[in-house]
Amino acid sequence: MSDIAERVKKIVIDHLGVDADKVVEGASFIDDLGADSLDTVELVMAFEEEFGVEIPDDAADSILTVGDAVKFIEKAQA
Amino acid sequence: MFDLTGRKALVTGATGGIGEEIARLLHKQGATVGLHGTRAEKLEALAAELGDRVKIFPANLADRNEVKSLGEKAEAELEGVDILVNNAGITKDGLFVRMSDEDWDAVLEVNLTATFRLTRELTHPMMRRRFGRIINITSVVGVTGNPGQANYCASKAGMIGFSKSLAQEIASRNVTVNCVAPGFIESAMTGKLNDKQKEGILGAIPMKRMGAGADIASAVVYLASNEAAYVTGQTLHVNGGMAMI
Repeated sequence: MSDIAERVKKIVIDHLGVDADKVVEGASFIDDLGADSLDTVELVMAFEEEFGVEIPDDAADSILTVGDAVKFIEKAQA
Repeated sequence: MFDLTGRKALVTGATGGIGEEIARLLHKQGATVGLHGTRAEKLEALAAELGDRVKIFPANLADRNEVKSLGEKAEAELEGVDILVNNAGITKDGLFVRMSDEDWDAVLEVNLTATFRLTRELTHPMMRRRFGRIINITSVVGVTGNPGQANYCASKAGMIGFSKSLAQEIASRNVTVNCVAPGFIESAMTGKLNDKQKEGILGAIPMKRMGAGADIASAVVYLASNEAAYVTGQTLHVNGGMAMI
């Protein structure tokens, strides 16, 4: 796992209080990890803070899984 | 009951009559209190009187950058704001047909927009901590209307709608959002009324007296307390019965 993926995973675990082994690349925040719509907004804000990137609303709407988040941040930082 | 020991509160407009009473009572119940106002000397005087557990935050709420930095400073210096009381408000009265853009904008900016911006700064940390009490001081006229105060009434009604929406969004995070709506309260503002005006007002109040700042402060303390944990999205009217809504 890349450094970014590790940091994303840590944020998700901390914020949603889920087991680490559930936070896999394909895990959906809402369907698999029990997030509500407010959680997803908070996660996006936490990613922005951690990685110093800006995630506009339309991009945020397309970030549905852990893997989506990692991909977006990798691209934004590239 | 209503013990606020360990809680940190920020009160805007804490040098006005009602705001000062709110700050005093929150402090008396054990909270650490951040006092916001426009005049540093008045804030310093009140802070000196209250003693420990007090910080002051002078800022001009008509300046959007100052509102933002007020939120940031209060969050940092109080080490987390648990209770936010949006109390600061201004009036620029005049009959509607003669109301200028400037008077409309000034009142909406301070009463409603500053409330929105300051609350936005402080809501996210409250959500993260899974505790918060947001208390917006509106007015009976935000519900009933009042001739000569279209701007003020619009701003106060706006605060009520704002509070209800926010209350629904963040209830699951244990952050409550409520309003307190004072009726006629003895203050510098009502002190300017003449006897005839006062008589007219008292005739409309079943309790036959104006309210005191402490009457409003007591309602705020209740909503700030652990005992009010299940109350959100409400407007608590404190008006001696002049409007039963």
